Amino acid sequence: MIAARLNGPADFAGWRREARRLALAGIQPEAVAWLTSEDNAGLFAMESIPPADAGDAALTVPRRFIELAENVICHRDAGRFVLLHRLLLRLRDEPRLLDNAADADIARAEAMARSVRRDLHKMTAFVRFRAVSGADEDGPFIAWFEPEHFILERAARFFTGRFAGMIWSIMTPQGSLHWDGSTLQFGPAASKADTPDGDAMEAYWLTYYVNIFNPARLKPKAMKSEMPVKYWRNLPEAELIAPLIASAARRAEDMVMRAPTQPPERHVRQLRHRPEAQADESAITSWQDAAAAAQGCRRCALHCNATQTVFGEGPLDAPVVFVGEQPGDQEDLAGRPFVGPAGQVFDRAIQEAGLDRARAYVTNAVKHFKFQLRGKRRIHEKPNVGEIKACRFWLDLELQFVKPRLVVALGASALRSLIGHAGSLASARDRELALEDGTPLLATVHPSFLLRLPDEEARSREYARFVADLERAGASYRNQVSSAGI
Amino acid sequence: MAQLTVLEKLEILSDAAKYDASCASSSTTKRDSRDGKGLGSTTGSGICHSYAPDGRCISLLKILLTNFCSFDCVFCINRSSSNVRRARFSVEEVVALTLNFYRRNYIEGLFLSSGIIRSADYTMAELVRVAETLRRQHRFRGYIHLKLIPGASRDLIERAGLFADRVSINVELPSEAALARFAPEKQAGEIKSAMGGLKLKIDEAREERDKSAKAPAFSPAGQSTQMIVGADGASDSAILKRSAWLYGSFGLKRVYYSAFSPIPDASSQLPLQPPPLMREHRLYQADWLTRFYGFETEEVLGHGEMLDLDIDPKLAWALRERGRFPVDVNRADRETLLRVPGLGTRSVDRILASRRFRRLRLEDVGRLTRSLATIRHFILAEGWRPGSGLDAQNLRTRLMPRPRQLSLFP
Repeated sequence: MIAARLNGPADFAGWRREARRLALAGIQPEAVAWLTSEDNAGLFAMESIPPADAGDAALTVPRRFIELAENVICHRDAGRFVLLHRLLLRLRDEPRLLDNAADADIARAEAMARSVRRDLHKMTAFVRFRAVSGADEDGPFIAWFEPEHFILERAARFFTGRFAGMIWSIMTPQGSLHWDGSTLQFGPAASKADTPDGDAMEAYWLTYYVNIFNPARLKPKAMKSEMPVKYWRNLPEAELIAPLIASAARRAEDMVMRAPTQPPERHVRQLRHRPEAQADESAITSWQDAAAAAQGCRRCALHCNATQTVFGEGPLDAPVVFVGEQPGDQEDLAGRPFVGPAGQVFDRAIQEAGLDRARAYVTNAVKHFKFQLRGKRRIHEKPNVGEIKACRFWLDLELQFVKPRLVVALGASALRSLIGHAGSLASARDRELALEDGTPLLATVHPSFLLRLPDEEARSREYARFVADLERAGASYRNQVSSAGI
Repeated sequence: MAQLTVLEKLEILSDAAKYDASCASSSTTKRDSRDGKGLGSTTGSGICHSYAPDGRCISLLKILLTNFCSFDCVFCINRSSSNVRRARFSVEEVVALTLNFYRRNYIEGLFLSSGIIRSADYTMAELVRVAETLRRQHRFRGYIHLKLIPGASRDLIERAGLFADRVSINVELPSEAALARFAPEKQAGEIKSAMGGLKLKIDEAREERDKSAKAPAFSPAGQSTQMIVGADGASDSAILKRSAWLYGSFGLKRVYYSAFSPIPDASSQLPLQPPPLMREHRLYQADWLTRFYGFETEEVLGHGEMLDLDIDPKLAWALRERGRFPVDVNRADRETLLRVPGLGTRSVDRILASRRFRRLRLEDVGRLTRSLATIRHFILAEGWRPGSGLDAQNLRTRLMPRPRQLSLFP
């Protein structure tokens, strides 16, 4: 046999060095004995690793192999070194071997790596620190833990990153970690007797464990698969498991059987002070009433899927009211009109037209967002005539309380809502229109129309026309009342 | 009333918190305290520090600040008409418990909720004060999940998002009508509107952070919610459609399903029976299929209102759609493989990688997956055909897990 010597059971740097020498010397895995400590060196007559064949010094492996080997080497299976050696040799002829998860060697190595990763994860979960007597809040703390594999050094980084400001030691049968608040030291194996046998906080932890458990949903198998019994002996809460399971059925049954009780006095008192139900539609005397009542609107089915009613907003003495179609995705989430992409186009255009956005009242013909859910996206859908008619109630109230000098319909849905116009927008766009009460009405496109245009040229042409329409709107109401400007 | 000790309060206020299913500590920003200036760290996938005999993970210290509550939600242990013992922690007590638990490695952090006292804003401000004290005064870098109080001001909710890794508001029940009936003080509108506002803030903060790592995080692990299953008459179809709507509208990270469980001093208005645990499990499976396996909600449901309790929803779908099988593991694309009953995302990735080297035989597939028991009926492999078994009338029965006692009182 040829001896390969390592400085500990999970000495990855050592394995790498020895495996490289073995590979370059052309030695087969079966011929190697891997020695992890001095005391078993004398059992067999050993040869040293011969020098490498000349001219064959290149030995490269994929990064993924290193990652795999770093985990596999921590496994307690004594065959890990030979397995890794064999994989190293095979990789020279089969460079993409690692992708072949159906290969028996790869499958075994991956299973070992998984087991090591799981043990590492469970160590980060199940280490329980106990304060040594006389400790302050930052320690010293000591934990006793029994890992399944040789993972102590690999686990150190987690604990130094999390508990950097504390002083602590983790003792295991393999060795120990000591952190003094700035440096990490590795120490010899320890025994449970070296560690504190309790901590004042454990009474709180056990109380928490007992009370967070719901006896009506007993699933001990699920618990054991995630918290295997082998870890229980070092978990203070584990001693509670058997009694909790034993009493669960009785406790659950008690809850079911117990007769309902009379409510406490405090509850009866509170009932008397409960505020009255929210604003209702029959008693609306102001814009504020209308806005509040609209929040509970059930006039059509759109409220079911929309987030909220998006009522109009702007000064109540605004000279002009802009009416869009319906809130979009962003408006629906924010609860405010014209804040999404179309709203931004509108803001820019209105400014270019020389109007003051802050002096305009903006709203929609329909106050709830209508959409179709496609996977995780909400696709805008046009409101139908019924929905437009149902929502006219609110638009009427808004117009009644704002009393604008001019109304601008943005798009066909707004036009349909305001004057029942069922034809195309184009046929109404340049005409002099008016609401039933005589308020002048102007029709133009909805800003989202501009966003949907496919080519740049059409977009800038239509945008300019939209701005021109808005300028016309400004001129129109300024003509009516020269004193009120926006 | 005699003064309660912290231990007694912990007993009452953890008992009061356990009906919230969420305990996740995952998918937040990565942090540690290697700079020596704080306490704690976060990992990508979270850590479950213990498990209770109900099979649920214990990752966070999940407690209420108080279980006094002015709301009277019928399904809730803390409703105002219940005679459970009441208690209230001070902000400092919660902070000290969290830090002491954390230093002993019992927990990943805190999940704090509360009964509603005085007003939504008052309660929310108290919750925010706990999170702020932990973060600012103690430089706590562990995980914080804050429950938001519906109706709390936008300003307070925004502060909560600055300190918390995750925030959540429970929709409680799939239909607004049921909510109005069982939780008369809860306003569905307030809940939805808060979720909408959160989505905008979370998206906005994420965009800012994509531009600059120094931009402040806002609830970096997103938002989640919970629906109670089995308290009202809602069908699985209603529940799953509501979930699809919640994921689509608010970009939720998770919708939790919580089987309605008997509670101490329960209301007579609700079914007091063992919680429908299998139903809850099937809903989670269905939820997973729509989020990670490319299924549409309608496909998972078939034409039924309820999921099959005896077999998992993917197998149920495959048995309805037998014409699509067997699937050739050596040729099928990823989307098709993901629909094979018994194949998970990891197994599919391994199959795709391995088959570049050789034509896979059944035993190869066995090495790449956990069990062939179900899969074998639905695939073609080198040298393997399922035969007529796929068309057999009794396939469903044969693939059903062995009947076992699912009893509350074993």
